[in-house]
Amino acid sequence: MLKVKNINTYYGQVHALKNVSLHLKQGEIVTLIGANGAGKTTILNSLSAVTPVRNGEIVFAGEPIHSLAPERIVELGISQVPEGRQVFKPLTVEDNLELGAYLRYRRREGRAKIRASLDEIYQLFPRLRERRRQLAGTLSGGEQQMLAIGRALMARPKLLLLDEPSMGLAPLVVQEIFAVIAALTRDMGTTVLLVEQNAKAALKLASRGYVLETGKVILEESSAELLGNKEVQRAYLGKEKKEIWER
Amino acid sequence: MEIWDSTHECMPREELAQLQLERLQATLNRAYKNVTCYRRKFDEMGIIPEDIQSLDDLRRLPFTAKEDMRLNYPYGMFAVPLREVVRIHSSSGTTGKPTVVGYTRNDIKTWSHLVARFLTSAGVSSDDVVQITFGYGMFTGAFGLHYGAELIGASVIPMGGGNTEKQIMIMQDYRTTALVGTPSYALTLVDRMEKSGIDPKSMQLRVGLFGGEPWSEEMRREIEQRLGIIATDNYGLSEVMGPGVAGECHGRCGMHIFEDHFLPEIINPETGEVLPPGEVGELVLTTLTKEALPVIRYRTRDITRLIYEPCSCGRTLVRMEKTRGRSDDMLIIKGVNVFPTQIEEVLFQVEGCEPHYQLVVDRIDNVDTLEVLVEVNETIFFDEMKKQRAFVSQVEKRLASMLNIGCRVKLVEPASIPRHEGKAQRVIDRRKR
Repeated sequence: MLKVKNINTYYGQVHALKNVSLHLKQGEIVTLIGANGAGKTTILNSLSAVTPVRNGEIVFAGEPIHSLAPERIVELGISQVPEGRQVFKPLTVEDNLELGAYLRYRRREGRAKIRASLDEIYQLFPRLRERRRQLAGTLSGGEQQMLAIGRALMARPKLLLLDEPSMGLAPLVVQEIFAVIAALTRDMGTTVLLVEQNAKAALKLASRGYVLETGKVILEESSAELLGNKEVQRAYLGKEKKEIWER
Repeated sequence: MEIWDSTHECMPREELAQLQLERLQATLNRAYKNVTCYRRKFDEMGIIPEDIQSLDDLRRLPFTAKEDMRLNYPYGMFAVPLREVVRIHSSSGTTGKPTVVGYTRNDIKTWSHLVARFLTSAGVSSDDVVQITFGYGMFTGAFGLHYGAELIGASVIPMGGGNTEKQIMIMQDYRTTALVGTPSYALTLVDRMEKSGIDPKSMQLRVGLFGGEPWSEEMRREIEQRLGIIATDNYGLSEVMGPGVAGECHGRCGMHIFEDHFLPEIINPETGEVLPPGEVGELVLTTLTKEALPVIRYRTRDITRLIYEPCSCGRTLVRMEKTRGRSDDMLIIKGVNVFPTQIEEVLFQVEGCEPHYQLVVDRIDNVDTLEVLVEVNETIFFDEMKKQRAFVSQVEKRLASMLNIGCRVKLVEPASIPRHEGKAQRVIDRRKR
């Protein structure tokens, strides 16, 4: 459903993505792993046009989207959950969620349908229903993450871009959120591109992964193989390297 | 017929092309970063991995040859530190030093799966008893087939090479259903069975998976008739992976190249120019997933043709014809790669100078034979028969240890080897193709 060929993205003079190619199939969870500054977030931002690509090709559901504006991309069905949640803290939980459906309001989809989506989100995250009148700023980190995901889902995306959903969260909360991500793909067929510091958890959730290094893809493999790759283990899975004779 | 990995083997060509591009770019990034040889070659041509933006751009990259492996002997072409390598194999080099190849744990896994693909397409399953008659050891043949057969759950008999009597006994007693080896060894087995009055068709054997040397359709028919089995072909070479680069489907109309792991090109061996689809030329392979030893545009020296027309089996992977020969002087004798230069080197070591010699390769009773004719001259002149015999046996021993196959050395009269433009014709291959 998504095909990316040779994209190059710059921050001013800094060449952040060098010739990145990748693809996602319908209903797949794919993860991007790599060190800080490798370009994981930049890939998400390039797909959503927050940081537009300088050249290369992004085709989503058969349509080239690399020169479209971010709002148009959301309209086509790609939503991003930004790093650090970025919820609107002075607004209530429900207002945050409704903002996620902004384009649908503008399209005059009708309150009933949006209401139904809201209910779906509350079913996915019952805690958000409990706190629907509460200000987003008063939520815990985990709840804010749920809210950020819920807000992105309110646009009914076909492809969800998830940036570090586990950042700063307790392991149990991470488990809960990952379970929801798995359910999204399983029950709703949502395709997910996941950026994660916690590479091990991400690889367990995803079917495939791309390993990035200084803006380049250096590996494309199934999750099982990436988990077995020594270099990946050492660099991203925190496995201790054994000192054996080396050339 | 079953397909082992239908997701990849039957992938729409357009999706395959995207996957190949992604994997190619990742391979180039890794090779450029980790392998000095590639970095230097790329730098010399002023190319960086980012210049490769399509599969067609591949042709801008330099070739890799066996010579590069020799220059970087033993581990110089590895893209991972040695501690990540779990297996080392080698194949014969053009001269004394062999070509060293390494595998990470993932490479071994990939290898097993690729072999499982062609075993499955030949109809081998967990119900089969697979007898492996390739030699275990430094050659990749036996281990590759072994892993693949184990992966699909077949019962593997790791017989190894030779010992024909015992092979036949085990084949009978253990009720072997699938035979793995070189096609010429299959004929050796049949000959021996017939000699001992055993009817091959009374055995459980039903399928053969042959490789390691080129063989003709004629030979296939002979094996099939005399052994009463289906004989299938597969292709591979150690430098690229070992067996598991390509294998036949039940249609037996060419071997499907596992293109999600290897990118094939056909070139004119003289000019290096890439030939249009369907033309006959030298096969060049680029690995797309190898971790320990990625190879970029490796010149296989095998002459073949690629068939892009869709296959009736449902696989979308391109097919390669049986190899038609070599674009270098390598000989395959008893499944072992032999370069005339290796023999030259031994003669040089023993004598201190390079005598005129000629290799005569023949197939007698379905067994390959190698005879080395050496012209006597002033330096190799012995009036004593004893000395002469000692010389011959010394050369024979040295050759056997270098080539891993036995051969006969024969001294001949000076100037008795015919010369073309002053140079002796080095090789006479009497085997029928």
